[in-house]
Amino acid sequence: MDPISIIESKTVVLPSTDIDTDQIIPARFLTTTTKEGLGKNAFADWRYDAQGNAKSEFILNQPAAKGCAILVAGRNFGCGSSREHAPWSLLDFGFRAVISSEIADIFRNNSLKNGLLPIVLDEATHGWLLANPGVQLRIDLTTNTLTLPDGKAVQFPIEAFARYCLLNGVDELGFLLKQNNAITTFENSHA
Amino acid sequence: MTAKTLFEKVWEQHEVVPETADTPAVLYIDLHLVHEVTSPQAFSLLKEQGLKVRRLDRTLATMDHSTPTDPEEIAGRVPIRVASAAAQIKQLEVNCKEFGVELLGLQSSDRGIVHIIGPELGATQPGKTIVCGDSHTATHGAFGALAFGIGTTEVGQVLATQCLLQRRPKTFAINTTGSLPPGVTAKDLILAIIGKIGVSGGTGYVLEYRGSAIEALSMDGRMTVCNMSIEAGARAGMIAPDATTYEYLRQTPRVPTGNAWDRALAKWQQLRTDPGARFDREVTIDANSLEPMITYGTHPGMVLPLSARVPEKPGDAVFKKALDYMGLQPGESLLGKEIQVVFIGSCTNARLSDLESAAQVFKGRKVAPNVRVLVVPGSQRIKREAEARGLAKIFTDAGAEWRESGCSMCIGMNGDLVAKGQYSVSTSNRNFEGRQGQGARTLLASPATAAAAAVRGRITDPREFLQG
Repeated sequence: MDPISIIESKTVVLPSTDIDTDQIIPARFLTTTTKEGLGKNAFADWRYDAQGNAKSEFILNQPAAKGCAILVAGRNFGCGSSREHAPWSLLDFGFRAVISSEIADIFRNNSLKNGLLPIVLDEATHGWLLANPGVQLRIDLTTNTLTLPDGKAVQFPIEAFARYCLLNGVDELGFLLKQNNAITTFENSHA
Repeated sequence: MTAKTLFEKVWEQHEVVPETADTPAVLYIDLHLVHEVTSPQAFSLLKEQGLKVRRLDRTLATMDHSTPTDPEEIAGRVPIRVASAAAQIKQLEVNCKEFGVELLGLQSSDRGIVHIIGPELGATQPGKTIVCGDSHTATHGAFGALAFGIGTTEVGQVLATQCLLQRRPKTFAINTTGSLPPGVTAKDLILAIIGKIGVSGGTGYVLEYRGSAIEALSMDGRMTVCNMSIEAGARAGMIAPDATTYEYLRQTPRVPTGNAWDRALAKWQQLRTDPGARFDREVTIDANSLEPMITYGTHPGMVLPLSARVPEKPGDAVFKKALDYMGLQPGESLLGKEIQVVFIGSCTNARLSDLESAAQVFKGRKVAPNVRVLVVPGSQRIKREAEARGLAKIFTDAGAEWRESGCSMCIGMNGDLVAKGQYSVSTSNRNFEGRQGQGARTLLASPATAAAAAVRGRITDPREFLQG
């Protein structure tokens, strides 16, 4: 995983609350055995009509969404299933951060492990971002701050170890493998 | 000694390394359940890094999500219809063989939905930590296990190290008082709980379901309740083990026997929340006041008692979008609404007692014209038992389809789909847009409510059938 420190981008906004992982990537696209190429299926049922043509009225199909790395979504984003295909598809689409006032536990974990930054903001800031799509934001993981267009910086929480891994491009599995002695000791005492 | 909750006891028994400000806990996993959809990329990672599965004795694989339920496909008389699913099934077979993982495969008489076979084999036991690349892993919490869904990266971590990095969640007591009235089931109880705390009410928490209405439930009912913890946002939901739990487990093939059983039992009996232990949050639900429940929207929190009307929320665009998707109006009653599909199955409601409950309604009756009914047992064991007890014949005599076990129309990955615009009364766990097929309109309910809708062709209070 590549290290992440600064993300600068305009936002794209999906204001719906409770956007579940079946919307992020419908289950029929999960019969894959790789992680690659899932971006084309992100929000498939919102993006395409029954014939598979892109719906021009949907925000992710509009020119304004092109190149946007920051998705702002309504409260409780990513609820539902544990499919890691959800962050894989968002990353492949081009997103690097997701902002909401509440993000579901499993989706948040999966995102952190893949370099998609899940940012939970206070309701006032979140509400402002929902109401002002397309604004330019700067996310700085070295200081845990998100800078709004007026220069105001807002702090966001992030779990310390996940942050360390993201900043340094470190893989959690490597850390766990180094715990081998402790794990063996545990196994021997709990046989 | 500090009074502890059930969750805290299980958590602390599995800390290989406790958490610090800088690092999460290294949590030991006792049982890792693996299926075809969320494991291929994890096995690939192990291959890339030259790693082995650390504990084959703690790893159990099956196929359920994209697996066919059509007996012709299972028997190999016709090819598996969804070619990508066939490839995924094959990949699991190859991976399990290469790594030496026990696989209850397509032809195994023990195959079934991963959250149904764990308990029925007795692999699921009180006090264990159990994970699976599936959010409904919470089901196993019905036995007093700490069980939660993980992503594929974590599947790889557990395969390689038998551990996960975890921050300790908060605790949330769901207290119940009273008892469920006749015709009101575990499914109605959990739908009412989700309606009360909301679809994100449990985010960050492990739930513990407690009190008289929970204690009165069978293991099947307790599994239905814990199964839907994730629909309230909670990764895990637990119920303290008791005599009902031990009686269930004693009949299962993989529990300890003889003296080892006695030792296990003595440990399990400690797994109760101590008097005076504090939860971070608590709510109380009065079971006496509950009715059969049904969802009307596009998440499980949009739920009402059958006798109630769809709420009115003027100016709420998200609410309007959900009702538009469902083809429903504010103020409308769901009773009497025509439906086209009934699905009885899934890790929520495909156990033997669920099938018995549906069969009570179907017995001597016919499925209404123009309604398609799919009954999909949760496992091959349940399938055989339902056939031996005559339940399968009741379903097929009524005009329902009787299938091989699998996730089927709950997730629609194997071709078992609801068509666009159709109303489906489903005993599954999610009514998300498109969950059962593009444009499908899912109404979640109990097996009895689903069966009542099947025979009338309309949404019906199942208690009408209990009284007759």
